[in-house]
Amino acid sequence: MEWATISRRATQGVGGIFANKRVLHAGLAVLIILIPLIFQAATGLGFLVRILVIVGIWILLALGLNIVVGYAGLLDLGYVAFYAMGAYAGVLLGQATADVLGGATYYVMLIPGAVAGAVTGLVLGFPVLRLRGDYLAIVTLGFGEIVRISLSNNILGLTNGAAGLPRGVEVMAAPFGMRWLQANVRFDTPLGDFVFSPNLYWYFVVLALIVISVVVINRLDDSRLGRAWAAMRENEVAAAACGVNIRTQKLWAFSIGALSGGVAGVTFANVQQFVSPESFIFMESVFVVCIVVLGGMGSIPGVIVGALVIRGIPDLIQGLAVAGVVKLSGTTLSSITNYRFLVFGLLMVIMMAFRPEGMIPSKRRARELHPDDDVLLVDGSQALEEVDDAGRTSDHGS
Amino acid sequence: MSYLIEQTINGITLGGLYALVALGYTLVYGILLLINFAHSEMFMLGGYIGLLALKVLSDPGLADDLGFGFLEPVQAFFNSGTIGFILMLVVTFLVSGALVGVVGMITERFAYRPLRNAPRLAPLISAIGISIFLQNAVLLWVSSKQLPYSRADGSSFVPVKTAFTLFGVQVSTMQVLIIVTSITLLLALDTFIARTRVGRAMRATAQDRDAAGLMGVDVNRVIMLAFFIGPALGAVAGIFNGMYYGSIKYNMGFIPGVKSFTAAVIGGIGNLRGAMLGGFLLGIIESLASGFISHAYRDVIAFIVLIVVLIVRPGGLLGESVTEKV
Repeated sequence: MEWATISRRATQGVGGIFANKRVLHAGLAVLIILIPLIFQAATGLGFLVRILVIVGIWILLALGLNIVVGYAGLLDLGYVAFYAMGAYAGVLLGQATADVLGGATYYVMLIPGAVAGAVTGLVLGFPVLRLRGDYLAIVTLGFGEIVRISLSNNILGLTNGAAGLPRGVEVMAAPFGMRWLQANVRFDTPLGDFVFSPNLYWYFVVLALIVISVVVINRLDDSRLGRAWAAMRENEVAAAACGVNIRTQKLWAFSIGALSGGVAGVTFANVQQFVSPESFIFMESVFVVCIVVLGGMGSIPGVIVGALVIRGIPDLIQGLAVAGVVKLSGTTLSSITNYRFLVFGLLMVIMMAFRPEGMIPSKRRARELHPDDDVLLVDGSQALEEVDDAGRTSDHGS
Repeated sequence: MSYLIEQTINGITLGGLYALVALGYTLVYGILLLINFAHSEMFMLGGYIGLLALKVLSDPGLADDLGFGFLEPVQAFFNSGTIGFILMLVVTFLVSGALVGVVGMITERFAYRPLRNAPRLAPLISAIGISIFLQNAVLLWVSSKQLPYSRADGSSFVPVKTAFTLFGVQVSTMQVLIIVTSITLLLALDTFIARTRVGRAMRATAQDRDAAGLMGVDVNRVIMLAFFIGPALGAVAGIFNGMYYGSIKYNMGFIPGVKSFTAAVIGGIGNLRGAMLGGFLLGIIESLASGFISHAYRDVIAFIVLIVVLIVRPGGLLGESVTEKV
C-alpha cells in the first residue's frame, strides 16, 4: 500500500519534472542566446560579452578536466600543459598555413590543437598512469612546469620565450565571416547601436564548442567507457577483476580530457590574438581544479556553474568597475581581486570537509562521497527513479 | 676542476635544504599517506617569521617599537661577532620553528583530521587549498614584493662572508652553516625516531595506525607531533634559504617544495634516511646539471628526475615497494 503511493507520487513527480525541465531548458537556451545580444546592444556593456567568451573557454577547460578528475578519478595538477600545447601548436601551424587557409585557419587549427593536446596526454599518460593517485598528481604538476619552463625558454627557437606569439606586429588570420558580420550587421536598438563585434562572434563559436563537448561527454558518460570510468574510480581493483582494462580506460580519459584542453587552447590563442607562457602557470591549473571541485566533480552543470562563479564573478566585478557602471574605490576593487584566491583556498578546505561533492553534485558522486547516508531516506521518488534506471544516472542532462 | 668542486659544494648546500624540507613530507606521508601540499608554505612562513625574528633580535629600534625593549642587553652581544651571530640564529630557529610548527598542527587539526577517512584525493585537495590560502594571506597581509633578507642598514646578517678556501674554491659561511646545521638536525631526528619512546610510537603508527592505537599509542598526538616536527624543520630551511639567496617572496615555497617532495620520493617516501639521501642527491644533481648542462633548465631536469624515478622505481632508493591492500 505504502509502496504503491510512493510509486505513484514518484511517477507524477518524474513527469512533472520532465515537463518543467523542457520549459527550463528552452528558457535557458533563449537566455544564453539573448543575453550577449543585449549586452552588445546596450552602450558600455560590450565588455561583458568578452568576459563571457573567456568564461566560456574556461568552461571548455573545466569540462575537459572533469573527464579526468570527475569521471576517471585521476587528479591532474598540470592540466594547463595540454591547454598550452594546443595553443602553441595552433598558433605556430596556423601562422605557417594562414596564406593557404585564409579564413578557415582557426577552424582547421582546431584539429592540430586537439591532436597536440591528446598526443601530449598520451605521451605523459602512457608511462605514468600506473602510478597511484597522489603520485600522479605530482607528476602531472611536474610535467606542467616542464612545459611552461620550456616554452618560456624559447624551446627549439619556436616559442619566442616569455614574449610569446605571434611575434611583434604579426596578426592571426580572422576566421570566416567575422569581418563581414562586423561591417554589415549594425542597426539601432532601443538600448543603443548594435554592432556584431568580434567578441560576439567568438561567443557563439565558444558556445557551439561547449554544446558539442556537453553532448559528447554526456554520450561518453552513458557509454561502456563511462561505466568503466565509474567502476575504476570507485574501486580500481574490483573494476580490474571485473574485466575493465584499467590502463586503457585511464589513457582514454587522459587523452580525451587533454584533447578538450587543446581545443580550448587554440580558441584562447585566437580570441586573445596572443599566447605567452604567462597564461600557463601552475596557478591556472589549480584554478581549473578549483572549478571542477567546487562546481561538483563529475557533474556537467556543476562545472559550468563553477566556471561562471569562479572565473566570471571576479572578472565581472572588475569589468563593471572599470567601465564605471559600479562605483568602487580602487582599494575595494584591488582587495576583491586579491582576496579571491584567499577565499578559494579556504573554500576548497571547507568544501572538502562539508560538501565534497561540490555546488551542483552529480548524484552518483554524492552517494560515493557520503556512503553512510541512506538514499531511501533522502527522497523516496529520487531513489525509485534511480532504481528504475539501474545504473543509468539522469543527472548529467545539459 | 675547481668549478666541479664549487658546484658540488653548492649542491650539498642545496641538498641540505631539500633534505630538511623533504623530512616533513616523508614524516606525514609515512603516517597518513598524504602528500602535504601545504608543507612548502611552512618553508615560506619560516622564511618570513625568521626574518622578523632576526630583525627584532638585531635591531634595538625595531625591538623597542614592537615591545621587545627588554632584549637590549643581549642584542649588543648578538651583534658582536660570530658566536653572538650563531646564538642569535639558534634563538631565531627555536622561535620560528615553534611558531611554524604550531601552524602545521593547526592545519592538521582543521584541514586534514576531518578528512582522515575520506577518499584519498579529498585531503590532497584540502592541502592545496591551505597552500593557496597561506600564500595569499602572506601576499595580502605582509607584502606582495620581494623582501631583502638583511639588517635594517641593508647589510647581510652573516658577519663573515667566506669561511675558508678549499682547493682554490671559496666556501661561504652560509654554506658551512647550512651543511653543518642540516646534518646535525637530520642526525638528531634520526636518533629521536630510532631511540626514544615517542619515536617508537611514531614508527608504530606509520606501520599500522589502527594496531598502534590498540596497543595504547595516542595516534592523534603522534600525528600532531609529525605535523609539528616537519614544519619546524621546514621553517629552519626557509630561514636558511632566505639568508643564502638574500631575499624572500610569498611564492618562494612552491618550487623548492615540489623538489623536496621529489627528494623524498627519490629516497623512498616514508623513509627518513631515504629523504636525507634523496635531498643531498637531488641537490648535487641539480647543481651539477645547472653548472654543466643548462641553468635555465635546472628545474626541468629536477622534474624529469622525479618522473623517471617514479616510473622506474616508484618505491625510491631505500623504500620497499608498497602493494595496494585490498
